[in-house]
Amino acid sequence: MLKVEEQQPVAFSAALLEKCAEIVSRYPEGKHKSALLPILHEVQAELGWLSANAMDKVAEYLNIQPIEVYEVASFYTMYFLKPQGKYMLEICRTGPCCLVGAEKLMDHLEQTLGVKEGEVTPDGLFSWRGVECLAACGYGPVLQIGPEYTFYENLDKQKLDDLIQDLRKK
Amino acid sequence: MSDKVKVTIDGITVEVAPGTTILNAARQIGGDIVPPAMCYYSKLEGSGGKCRTCIVKVSKGSEKDPRPMPKLVASCRTTVMDGMEVMNITSPEVIEARSGVVEMLLINHPLDCPVCDQAGECDLQNLGYEHGLQKTRYEFERRTFERIDIGDKIQLHMNRCILCYRCVFTADQITNKRVHGILNRGDHSEISTYIQTAVDNDFSGNVIDVCPVGALTDKTFRFKNRVWFTKPIDAHRDCPTCSGKVTLWYKGEDVLRVTARKDVYGEVEEFICNTCRFDKKKTADWVIEHPTHISDTSVIASNHYETLKPLPVIQNNEKLKEANRIELEKTAKF
Amino acid sequence: MARKLLLEHINVPGINTLDVYRQKGGYRAVEKALKTLTPDEVVEEVKKSGLRGRGGAGFPTGMKWSFLAKPEGVPRYLVCNADESEPGTFKDRYLMTHIPHALIEGMIVSSFALGANTSYIYVRGEMMPQIRILERAIAEAKQAGFLGKNILGTGYDLELYVQPGGGAYICGEETALLESLEGKRGNPRIKPPFPAIAGLYGCPTVVNNVESIAATVPIINDGGEEYAKIGIGRSTGTKLISASGNLVRPGVYEIELGLPVEEFIYSDEYCGGIANGKRLKATVAGGSSVPVLPANLTLKLANGDPRLMSYESLSEGGFATGTMMGSGGFIAFDEDQCIVRNTWNFARFYHHESCGQCSPCREGTGWMEKVLHRIEYGHGKMSDIDLLVDVSKNIEGNTICPLGDAAAWPVASAIRHFRDEFEWHVKEPVKSLDTNYGLANYAEPIAKAAITE
Repeated sequence: MLKVEEQQPVAFSAALLEKCAEIVSRYPEGKHKSALLPILHEVQAELGWLSANAMDKVAEYLNIQPIEVYEVASFYTMYFLKPQGKYMLEICRTGPCCLVGAEKLMDHLEQTLGVKEGEVTPDGLFSWRGVECLAACGYGPVLQIGPEYTFYENLDKQKLDDLIQDLRKK
Repeated sequence: MSDKVKVTIDGITVEVAPGTTILNAARQIGGDIVPPAMCYYSKLEGSGGKCRTCIVKVSKGSEKDPRPMPKLVASCRTTVMDGMEVMNITSPEVIEARSGVVEMLLINHPLDCPVCDQAGECDLQNLGYEHGLQKTRYEFERRTFERIDIGDKIQLHMNRCILCYRCVFTADQITNKRVHGILNRGDHSEISTYIQTAVDNDFSGNVIDVCPVGALTDKTFRFKNRVWFTKPIDAHRDCPTCSGKVTLWYKGEDVLRVTARKDVYGEVEEFICNTCRFDKKKTADWVIEHPTHISDTSVIASNHYETLKPLPVIQNNEKLKEANRIELEKTAKF
Repeated sequence: MARKLLLEHINVPGINTLDVYRQKGGYRAVEKALKTLTPDEVVEEVKKSGLRGRGGAGFPTGMKWSFLAKPEGVPRYLVCNADESEPGTFKDRYLMTHIPHALIEGMIVSSFALGANTSYIYVRGEMMPQIRILERAIAEAKQAGFLGKNILGTGYDLELYVQPGGGAYICGEETALLESLEGKRGNPRIKPPFPAIAGLYGCPTVVNNVESIAATVPIINDGGEEYAKIGIGRSTGTKLISASGNLVRPGVYEIELGLPVEEFIYSDEYCGGIANGKRLKATVAGGSSVPVLPANLTLKLANGDPRLMSYESLSEGGFATGTMMGSGGFIAFDEDQCIVRNTWNFARFYHHESCGQCSPCREGTGWMEKVLHRIEYGHGKMSDIDLLVDVSKNIEGNTICPLGDAAAWPVASAIRHFRDEFEWHVKEPVKSLDTNYGLANYAEPIAKAAITE
C-alpha cells in the first residue's frame, strides 16, 4: 500500500483539459467513464507517470471514485505508477522475438545502460523493460518508446547503440 | 400450464421460477447436491462465476434442445431451462474438476488455519476437507503480502484472499463510497485501498461477514477465541441505522463479537451497521432471542449445548432455557 | 499469383490517404451498400460469402451479425477489435498502418448493416502510431462525407471513434474489450448474456476483428457469392497470415485459403523457406494459443496427405495430430530452437496476461510457468512433465474465458509432441543449458509420428 507523504498539487494544462473534454465527447451521455483509459494516456504523456494525486484529479474530473482509477491504472501495463526515465525503452520479450535474438538484446541493453530492468539511469534519461508481444513478430526484435510509442524494428546491437546515442544527444 | 420450469439435479427434480440459476435451484432442493460456492453471494448483484468451485455438468440442455453443454458450467451464473438435467455429485468429471479448482485455490493459500480467526467457519477450509489433496503438489514459494489495517476495526490479510470480489461488491452496493478495490492483475491481484486510507463507513464491517475466508477479519475479535469455543445467540436491538438483527458470540458472560445472522449457506440474512457490530458488546445492549441454529456438520456445533450449566444470559431467559432443553435432548439421542 | 482482396494496392504510394485510396476504387462499397442495399441485404451478402471471423475463433461473421438483438429505441454498437496481441500475429497492425481506409470503409458498411450509429475501433494502446493514422484517416473520411450526419445524402448517420487500450492481451477477448471500453479493468464478463444481447453499455453489440471488417469491403463490391468462390470448402476467401520466426522472408501475406502449408513456407512467393539454410523443426500455425506441431505434422496430415492453410485442414486430426487456424499467426522454428524454452516463454506470457478473475487461470498459469522455468533451467524432475499435463487439464475448459484454454494448449501440445525433448532436459540438466535437443525425429515421415500417437 502506498503512503502518500508529499502532497504535490497536480495541475493539468489547458491543452490537456481541452483534450480531455474532446475525449469525453466521444461517448454517449452518462458513459463518460469510457474516457478513463484515453485520459490516463494523455495525463501520463504530460506528467511522465501517474501519481496518486494525478489519478485523484482524473477521478475528480470524471466524477468517479479514486479507487476506480487505481484499479484500472494498475491493471494495464502501459500506465506507470512510479516515475520512469525520460525514455522508457520497451523491448518485446515474447516467443517470436526471442527466436530472432530478443533475449540477447535485452542483456545488451542492460549492460549498455548499466541499470536493471525497471530501474532508471542516474541521469534520469533511460529506463527499460521487457514487455509482452508487441504484434510485430515478423520484424523482430522490436522496441518501442512512449509516449507516442515510436517503433524500432529488426534491431541488432549496433542499431540499439545508435538509437541510444541519438536519444542522448536530443 | 405452469409458469415454472422443471430442472433435475442429480436425479432430483424441482420446479423453480424461470430465471433461477442452477445453484439456486439446487439450494431449493438442499442437501449434498448443492454445489459449493466461494464467490457467489445471492445478496450481491453481479457476484459469482469467478471461483469455479460450483461448476456442474449439464447433461441435457433443455426439453427443446436436449444437447448437453460442451463444457462444465458455473452453476451460480447459469440459468435453468425447462427440462434441463444437471449432474453435480453424480458426475466423476465434476468432482475431478472441482478438486482441480480447490487445488488451485489452495496453492497460494498460507494454510495458516491454526492462527486464523476464520477457522471453523471458513468455506475454504470446508472445501479443502472435502476435495483437497493430502499433500500439496506446489513446490514454490507462496505469494505473500503485508497484513494491513483498513480502518481501525478491520484487518486485511491478503495472503488468505481467494479474490472472490464479494467485499468489492458489498462496498459498491451497500455503502455509498467504495475506497477499496482490486489492484494489479493476474496472480498479483490484491484487495487494497492503494493509498493509505481508512475504510470508514457505517456498513463497512459487512465485508468481514461476506469474506469466505480469513482475509477480512474483525480486529475487535482478533485472537480472542476460536469460534467453536464461543456460543452464538440471536439477538436484536432497536437500531436507527440497520435492522439490528444480529448473532452475538458469547464466551462465558462476555460478548466476544457480533455478526450478522447467517443462513445455512453462510450468507447474511440482513446486513448490519458498524455500531451494532463493533460498539455494542454488552448483553445489556441487546434483546436476546434464542441460540442460533448451527448445522450439525459445523465444527461450531461440536461444542454446543453440551454444558449443563447454561450461560448467565440463558439462565435468565425463559425462551432460551426451553430452546436449550430441546437441543440437549436432541444431542442426548446420539 | 494468388488473388489479393485486401492487400491488392498495398504497395501503391500514398494508399494510406483518402485520395489515392479512392482512385484505386476505395469507398465503392460504402456507396453501393448505403445507396443500393438495405442493411439486411448487406448482412445477407456477408452470410453468403461464408466469411469466418479472422480474430481467432473462426465463427461465421454473417451468422454473428444475425444474432444481434434489435429492440426498439435501444442503440446498437459495432466495435472493432484491433487489440492485436496474440504472439505471432501482426496482420492488423500491418493493415491499419498501410491501408487504414480499408478498415474505415469496412466499419461504415458493417455499421450500416447492423444499424449502429456510433462505432468504436478499440486499438491496443501500444499501437499509438496506428491510432494516429486511423484518427487522421477518419478525419479525412468525415471531410469527404463518408462519416458524420446524413452520409452521402442517404440519411444514415455514423460517428466513428478510435479507443486506445492500456496494455492487456486479455482485452482481445470481446467482453473484456467491452469492459475496457467502458473504462474498467479488462475482466472478461461471465456469459451469458452475450454481447449480441447485452454488450457495450448493456446494448446489443457486435465485436469483429479488423480483418473481418475489412473483408466486408470486397464482399460488398464483388458480392458474397464471388467471395465464396475463393478458398476451399467452408474456408472461403483470402486470409492474412502473419509469418514470423526463422523464415527467409517473414511478414504479412494474403493467401487464398487452401494453399498447401509446404508451399506457404517454402515457395518464393511467400516465406521463401527456413532462414540460414536450416531445417524446419516445428510450427505454431495460428498464434501462440494454438497447439504447436512438429515439422512432419505441419506439412502433412496423419494420413500423409498434404496439410492446407484452411480452417478444416489445419485442425484435421483434432489435437492429437492437428492444430488450429487461430488468428493466422504462423511461427516457424528452425532446428536450433528449443521447444522447452519456447513453451516456457509462452507460459510466461499467459501468466503475465491472465486477468486474475477466475481461480484456475490465475493460479494455474503461474504454476505452469514456474514448473517450465524449472525444467528449462536444469532443475526439473521427470514427474514435472505429467504434473504440467495435469495442471493444463485442470485449467482447460474450467475458466471464464478462452485465455485458460489458450494457456493450456501450448503446454499440453508441446508435451504431446516433444515429450522426448522435455525428458532430455530433465536427464541432461547441464547439457541442456547451452545446447539444444535439435531436430531429432520431428521432421521424419509421418508414419512414425502417427504410430507414437
